[in-house]
Amino acid sequence: MWWRSPSFILDKQQQEKLEREQTLQYDDVFPPPPPSIPMSEASLQNPNPNPNPNISAYYQTRAAHFGVVTSDWLAQAQAAVSGDSSGVSTPPVDDHSGDAGKVQSVIDEFNSWRKQPDLAEAVAAIRALASVIRSSKATTMMELEIELKKASDTLKSWDTTSISLTAACDLFMRYVTRTSALEYEDFNSAKSRLIERAEKFGEISYKARKIIAMLSQDFIFDGCTILVHGFSRVVLEVLKTAAQNKKMFRVFCTEGRPDRTGLRFSNEMAKLDVPVKLVIDSAVAYSMDEVDMVFVGADGVVESGGIINMMGTYQIGLVAHSMNKPVYVAAESYKFARLYPLDQKDMAPALRPIDFGVPIPSKVEIEKSARDYTPPQYLTLLFTDLGVLTPSVVSDELIQLYL
Amino acid sequence: MDPRRPQSQAGSSNDPKIRQVGFTFSLQNPQSLHPSSSAISGAGAGGVDGDFSSTPVASTCPVMIPPPRVPVQVPTACRPVAAGDSILAADSDNSGDAELSEEWVRSSSGMYSLGFSMSGINSPVATERNEEVELDFVDGTGAKMSDAPMPNKDMKAASKPLKEKTSKAERRAMQEAQRAAKAAKRAESSETGAHGGEKPAKLPKQPPKKKDAPLASSAGVSEKKGGDRSSEKDKKKDVPPPRMQYDDKSRVEKAKKRSVVKQTEARNRVELFQHLPQYEFGNQLQDLESKFFKLDPVHPAVYKVGVQYLAGNVTGSNARCIAMLHAFKEAIEDYHTPPDKTLIRDLTARLSSYISFLNECRPLSISMGNAIRSLKSCIAKLPLSISESEAKTILGSDIDRFINEKIVIANKVIVEHAATKVRDGDVLLTYGASSIVEMVLVHAYELGRQFRVVIVDSRPKFEGQAMLRRLVTKGLSCTYTHINAISYVMHEVTRVFLGAASVFSNGTVYSRVGTACVAMVAHAFRVPVLVCCEAYKFHERVQLDSICTNELDDPCAITRVPGRKEINYLNNWINKENLQLLNLLYDVTPADFISLIITDYGMVPPTSVPVIVREYRKEHLF
Repeated sequence: MWWRSPSFILDKQQQEKLEREQTLQYDDVFPPPPPSIPMSEASLQNPNPNPNPNISAYYQTRAAHFGVVTSDWLAQAQAAVSGDSSGVSTPPVDDHSGDAGKVQSVIDEFNSWRKQPDLAEAVAAIRALASVIRSSKATTMMELEIELKKASDTLKSWDTTSISLTAACDLFMRYVTRTSALEYEDFNSAKSRLIERAEKFGEISYKARKIIAMLSQDFIFDGCTILVHGFSRVVLEVLKTAAQNKKMFRVFCTEGRPDRTGLRFSNEMAKLDVPVKLVIDSAVAYSMDEVDMVFVGADGVVESGGIINMMGTYQIGLVAHSMNKPVYVAAESYKFARLYPLDQKDMAPALRPIDFGVPIPSKVEIEKSARDYTPPQYLTLLFTDLGVLTPSVVSDELIQLYL
Repeated sequence: MDPRRPQSQAGSSNDPKIRQVGFTFSLQNPQSLHPSSSAISGAGAGGVDGDFSSTPVASTCPVMIPPPRVPVQVPTACRPVAAGDSILAADSDNSGDAELSEEWVRSSSGMYSLGFSMSGINSPVATERNEEVELDFVDGTGAKMSDAPMPNKDMKAASKPLKEKTSKAERRAMQEAQRAAKAAKRAESSETGAHGGEKPAKLPKQPPKKKDAPLASSAGVSEKKGGDRSSEKDKKKDVPPPRMQYDDKSRVEKAKKRSVVKQTEARNRVELFQHLPQYEFGNQLQDLESKFFKLDPVHPAVYKVGVQYLAGNVTGSNARCIAMLHAFKEAIEDYHTPPDKTLIRDLTARLSSYISFLNECRPLSISMGNAIRSLKSCIAKLPLSISESEAKTILGSDIDRFINEKIVIANKVIVEHAATKVRDGDVLLTYGASSIVEMVLVHAYELGRQFRVVIVDSRPKFEGQAMLRRLVTKGLSCTYTHINAISYVMHEVTRVFLGAASVFSNGTVYSRVGTACVAMVAHAFRVPVLVCCEAYKFHERVQLDSICTNELDDPCAITRVPGRKEINYLNNWINKENLQLLNLLYDVTPADFISLIITDYGMVPPTSVPVIVREYRKEHLF
């Protein structure tokens, strides 16, 4: 069912040497992040130090990353399964007066993080939650956990329709609190361990986009045509990296009605000097035979391995599937959500106003849903910071994370 | 030997035969001369594909199978179980199923009592029969006593006469001799390097575990044995031993010698399914009843459950599993370690004998297999220093915990998950009767969801009717139809909920026969198919078709039409040579047709079954 991308063959055959050189350039390709990110500044000054030129930075990053995410994360999580007792509640009575202020501070923190142009909402939420731990005045583990729970609930309620925000908050709670640190006798050391983990998680999430960009380079081959739907910062990062790696490719952008995200994306592509063509949403099937692969982002990756994304992804998936074109999804792992929609109506709708430019009579009903669900059989591969996955692995990762 | 194929047996037994899928006719007269003429005459009689198989060389066909070997059969008139001529039918109080909650016993119609009436056992007929059997048994042992000590080399030749009813000591001696013979042979073959055509597997296999279990387990539970024979199976360690193939005549004979339940092999079996056990129904019950006081190794509780399986009173894999575990719990409570034995080994052997008894009554379900595996690992994990009473309490609570965690609570979790997938205005379709699906429907109804239920049922069991009755009593609005109308009724359906006997690690769902059809039609109509299955029923096997593992039910059941006595075209035709009846119990639904599997670990796609199997096994079993 999954098609092998031709880029595997092309890349492997053609230029192994060149590739190594290119990956070595990664050190220079990624400039340090804006200095307004104090927490991860130190670690990101030199994102990919490459002391050993024989191994490409690509693999080093991957290894380091896997080390961080899979083994450590899961081992900690599993070790803490028995210690996970978030349901117990003996809320500190005298703290109630301060709660309102604290909750407010979470949102403030979240908003201040969110202002940064490149930071995803979910990463902002993770950062905000981390700061909750840091500024907490709780004196017991239970208190801290309740505080954290409250903060994450507030964040989730801030935008209930955002899948990545909800998923990231859940994952943060899982990752940070399900740790053997809870068994430490000394509260302060336990707390510092939690802060450490929270920061690590924030860092992973922040770096995710770059890791995905690196992973996906193998799949973009010279002379290919890529169809992009919507404005996804991950896809943008992927294509930006590809352009910087001197890959020759062209991009078709769908228009992305009604919020015209495609126009923005084509703008970005033009800035990179990538040949780009705008295609109206209804011309996807018309132009599909020229297309070599489809690249989309995702609002959320659900347990079936399908994605929830901007309206129109499903039909692009269907067209691509019937024309045997691979559909690649670029999504960070914090977007993995424990949802399982069975069909399009089986999820909370995200509504938005649609401007048709002309007055619509009130009798006419308008479909306002902003996103749709693409089942896994129409997706070829998912590029995540955990690696390049087939859709069925998503559930594997989620089961390991949540059980 | 085989009344249907004398020539192929006598002539060239390895003559390839054209494989005919499904029902094959091999009507032939014993006078036919050529070995290959069986195919010709058979096809000619069938008249379907005459010119295909009348080509003299069968090698044009890509798929060849060796001619089947049908065991010697004792033709007996088929008597249906429902005839009610059993003593068990006499008293029909449901005293025995107190420990089974109402949910589990699906067909608690009270046709047979679950408890055992002493008056029935003591009936003169029964005792008479007992004496007969007893005499037989003594005779056999007395005659064969002298054969027991045999020199190693003659073992193979002598094994045939030895395989009569033998006493305990005798069998042990035989085992020792065989083991010695095997060891000698191994040494020999390692010296010479090359070994000829002789197969060590041909030696009669007598697992040493069942030293004090005269009812040695049949090969059906062979995966549980072979603990201390590891040296000879070093290379095959990870490969599970093959299941009993019932077309392997010698093995069937061997298994029959050991078996408690007198099963008569059915005469005409469908070609493709000859490897499955099929017995004539209706005469095992009295036979078992007559032996009630003879079966001292079988605990009465286990015996009762076995008879319930045989009579078809306890069906559904959850119900069967719970009944078995309760019986084992009782048996363990009454267990006493014999002197100079250790509890761990002896109890395991004892359980194995119970399991083989249950397996003879009805082949074990996969859920039961998993439960047994869990129980055995519990026994193996007991510390050696522990006292007997302590061990018994630990095991009892282990069994209770298994039932509670893996079945009761798992069901609750599944119901919670599944109810989130029921929306107002839905039309839910279900097939047959599944206890878990029924719980889901009732729960969704209690939550106040507005929905309709379509219950699809099929002959010959009509399991859906009992469920339909319970649902209608509760106030759900239901539609009842037979599977023939599935394509018509599927238009309006929005969700299909199915139960499962097992889910294999390629996502294949093993369930009541007909499920695959329902799932396929639903898939074609793009209706999501949700399978509710507890994780303890998952199995790591990969199965692609419903042929290699399945269960055959009473073939007579499909010859009758309920309520229509005048439709009697097939009466007493069960032993017609050119008629083969196939009554399959299970089928296999490919993962492609399944949208979602709801387990106690949440809702997962069918591709994630191996993940659950991996995590679950790691956590709880080994």
